[in-house]
Amino acid sequence: MISITDIMTVAPEIFMLTMACLILVLDTFSNDPQRRLTYYLSQLTLVVTAVLVSQLSPEQTAYAFGNSYIDDGMATVLKEGVFIIGFFAFLYSHEYLKEHGWLKGEYFVLGLFAILGEMILISAYSLLTVYLGLELLSLSLYAMVAMHRKSTAASEAAMKYFVLGAMASGMLLYGMSMIYGVTGSLQLETIATTIENDTSNILLVFGLVFVLVGIAFKLGAVPFHMWVPDVYQGSPTCVTLFLASAPKLAAFAMAMRLLVDGLQPMLDNWQQMLIILSILSMATGNIVAISQTNIKRMLAYSAIAHIGFLLLGLLSGTASGYAGSMFYVIIYALMSMGAFGMVILLGRKDFEADELAHFKGLSDRSPWFAFMMLILMFSMAGVPPFLGFWAKWFVLKELVDAGFVWLAATAVFFSIIGVYYYLHVIKLMYFDKADSMTAIKASKQMRFALSVNGLALLILGLMPGALLAICISVMSIAA
Amino acid sequence: MLAELPILSLLIWGPVLGGVWVLYAGDRQEETVKTLALMISVVTFLLSTLLYKDFDITTHEMQFVEFAYWIEAFNINYYLGIDGIAMPLIILTTFITVLVILAGWEVIEKRISQYLAAFLIMEGLMIGVFSAVDAMLFYVFWEAMLIPMFLIIGIWGGPRRVYATIKFFLYTFLGSVFMLVAFLYLYSQSGTFNILELQDLPLEAGVQKLIFIAFLLAFAVKIPMWPVHTWLPDAHVEAPTGGSVILAAIMLKLGGYGFLRFSLPITPDASLYFDTAMIVLSLIAIVYIGFVALVQQDMKKLIAYSSISHMGFVTLGFFIGFSIYAATGSTEGAVFGLEGAMIQMISHGFISGALFLCVGIMYDRVHSREIKDYGGVVNTMPHFAAFMMLFAMANAGLPGTSGFVGEFVVIVSAYQANFWIAFLAALTLILGAAYTLWMYKRVIFGEVANDNVKHLKDINSRETFILSMLVIVVLVFGIYPAPLFDAMHPTLEHLFGQMLQSKVGQ
Repeated sequence: MISITDIMTVAPEIFMLTMACLILVLDTFSNDPQRRLTYYLSQLTLVVTAVLVSQLSPEQTAYAFGNSYIDDGMATVLKEGVFIIGFFAFLYSHEYLKEHGWLKGEYFVLGLFAILGEMILISAYSLLTVYLGLELLSLSLYAMVAMHRKSTAASEAAMKYFVLGAMASGMLLYGMSMIYGVTGSLQLETIATTIENDTSNILLVFGLVFVLVGIAFKLGAVPFHMWVPDVYQGSPTCVTLFLASAPKLAAFAMAMRLLVDGLQPMLDNWQQMLIILSILSMATGNIVAISQTNIKRMLAYSAIAHIGFLLLGLLSGTASGYAGSMFYVIIYALMSMGAFGMVILLGRKDFEADELAHFKGLSDRSPWFAFMMLILMFSMAGVPPFLGFWAKWFVLKELVDAGFVWLAATAVFFSIIGVYYYLHVIKLMYFDKADSMTAIKASKQMRFALSVNGLALLILGLMPGALLAICISVMSIAA
Repeated sequence: MLAELPILSLLIWGPVLGGVWVLYAGDRQEETVKTLALMISVVTFLLSTLLYKDFDITTHEMQFVEFAYWIEAFNINYYLGIDGIAMPLIILTTFITVLVILAGWEVIEKRISQYLAAFLIMEGLMIGVFSAVDAMLFYVFWEAMLIPMFLIIGIWGGPRRVYATIKFFLYTFLGSVFMLVAFLYLYSQSGTFNILELQDLPLEAGVQKLIFIAFLLAFAVKIPMWPVHTWLPDAHVEAPTGGSVILAAIMLKLGGYGFLRFSLPITPDASLYFDTAMIVLSLIAIVYIGFVALVQQDMKKLIAYSSISHMGFVTLGFFIGFSIYAATGSTEGAVFGLEGAMIQMISHGFISGALFLCVGIMYDRVHSREIKDYGGVVNTMPHFAAFMMLFAMANAGLPGTSGFVGEFVVIVSAYQANFWIAFLAALTLILGAAYTLWMYKRVIFGEVANDNVKHLKDINSRETFILSMLVIVVLVFGIYPAPLFDAMHPTLEHLFGQMLQSKVGQ
């Protein structure tokens, strides 16, 4: 029986779905080459949904549709994060698409569907809902990557993304079917209670492995990272920006729901696996990033390294460790968005500023944006006082508290290697001469948004207390 | 009424915000920007003298304490305070920054506002390091400081600046991150980042050793000790004059400060366990690096190596205390050694800064740092030669200059522990004299070597002023170092008490 509370719990999702469909229809009647109506409506949808989510967020954890949907503190925070990031991503994308001349209304509709998928994934509380959200998200993203039909690189990226993504989904489903076979339930809560005394069941371990492969693929952890550099590089920059930020939050939520809510009794098993994934990711990501000449590809490898760090918080197996990971993923999404925003900022018609060399002498061309990029790079490298430092700090602290001092030492070792390529970008901007002194051509909104993005990393870095407290409080309620 | 002012906060944030103001003012009106930066640094210096005036020399407690909650969830606080170790170093920082701003007056041609702003921001951050009583606050300042220095070397440095600055950053970052892990471990044991509470935290011997090594990585790189010193000559050679001065005069001291604030009081048993190793490393730095300095062709490199050698004295003074106590049974001698090391840090700040400024003055005119490009400078720059003479003598440890006091005190204390340690350390008096005076002779005396030297102009009034200020402090502290000893004595005595207090099995 579907009750009114069920409907109320998913009201933001229903609103988002309705609006996405409405915008799709309206867009077909629009002749405006700038697609203003579509764009503003999409942004409005995000804002209204964000308000709805914050207003409807229950004091206590709410369940809907027979425990297959959950609305808790973590869901609220992550969803708000997705909306904020989505808002910025749409803004950057609109500029990019206008400049590069293939502005289409479908882009925003697909974006909204992707965000809807993220919302569902974040709130999913049964295997089926997880899969539903994941597929909605992934399919929208595949289409977005492929949207620029004239670009062969984008088509190639879309193809790779789709084939490998479909395979990962298959793995995930296979793992889910095994878990269902053992427990006879799709509800994560029931699964957790059923397997409490049965963790050594070999079928269950197999199921866990396959589920973990699916998660690792979606996050882009080594050795399931092959798609990341190609997709990041091949996609149009605005799509890269979109899929490198908010979906990470959703993928983190998926890991939390499946591993922590569903398979917490098997902590010992997945902890070991995550340690391997995490060390491999940090090593590969940081080392390979050094030799990249394309900044999108470099950021892709840096993303892999960051995911390795993110997994560290998850594997500590404590509520505050999960809070650390959540804090990390939100901050990472902010930084990654800003970095790709810079690539969009420097580009113009028929020109993508996606080579590292395009950043040469930026401090002469635009001292302000060179400074923003400096903040972004130092923040990603984890140098205080920027926000990225606190992200790393929190995860490291939880590792040390959980007794993994050696792992913390390994992590900082790899982050030293990582510092090198971030410094390289700063070197290009500040120490080298520009090849051309072309003025930066970007709209006021774009400049403003990027400045907000960069300064947020500095100001929140000086005052990280509030954001930290939010992450801790929602996780300690959840646990 | 003055006592009510949050002086430390003003000292930290005044220069930082001042730096932002200078940046905002931009390069359009060069003179205004320079004057503005100078005013900010002078005001900061005057403000810092209040620290000395109101300093209570009878206690080892933290003074000028400021406290505010920062990140309550983790008990991280904005907790500032200074004791007898930090106070002199803060005044050193503000003093040297004024001179550095003056030294860049006519020399820096590009992006002058960014240059000045970087130094001002760095000044604030360095004062933050010296006054933080919360380990995380300390760490944030400690790391943030690398950013302006990285840019200073990279933007305004010499031909191999990129290599030098990246090496500088990676080396120091490498050291510090392990210190961070050590802090986190201490936090997981105690639930606090308050340095004073961490100093009382009982720790098992094995754990102490690991923490000591983590701290050592951070501080040994910074100070720097042999064999992790190799970034320093590169950074010094490539940095602009101002950058070299700040590096030598203050940044190296951060490493020494770290030993006093963290290594010795938090891990006393491990310090005792490793003290022989530390003494050996210090002696290697003093003797071996002294020989390395002897063969340098580049003046800046020579002074850089001389710095490493002098810093060897500092670490020797820190870690010799245990053996002095074991040999004599009195704490007096050991505390004396620590005081000598501290005096050596302060005095080295003045002298090495002065020498780098001297080389900078010649470099601005001839654009070479090679010794062979000079000769007979005294003929064209007599006033300059006189100033440099004094600083060279001070570097060699001539009695009457501040360079003598620190070295002498450390050697005398070392003698109480072991004759041979004192003997090896005393070799520096010979080596130091050899490399400094030999360089001086080749550069300043003799026939006029070439046309460049022939056309040299003697120092102008700005340069004379900078060097005179340094001459005054070098002589004052050489003749009458008592105020420094008095200020530091209670703190260092307390510190040595902590070093003797075993933390194992409490």
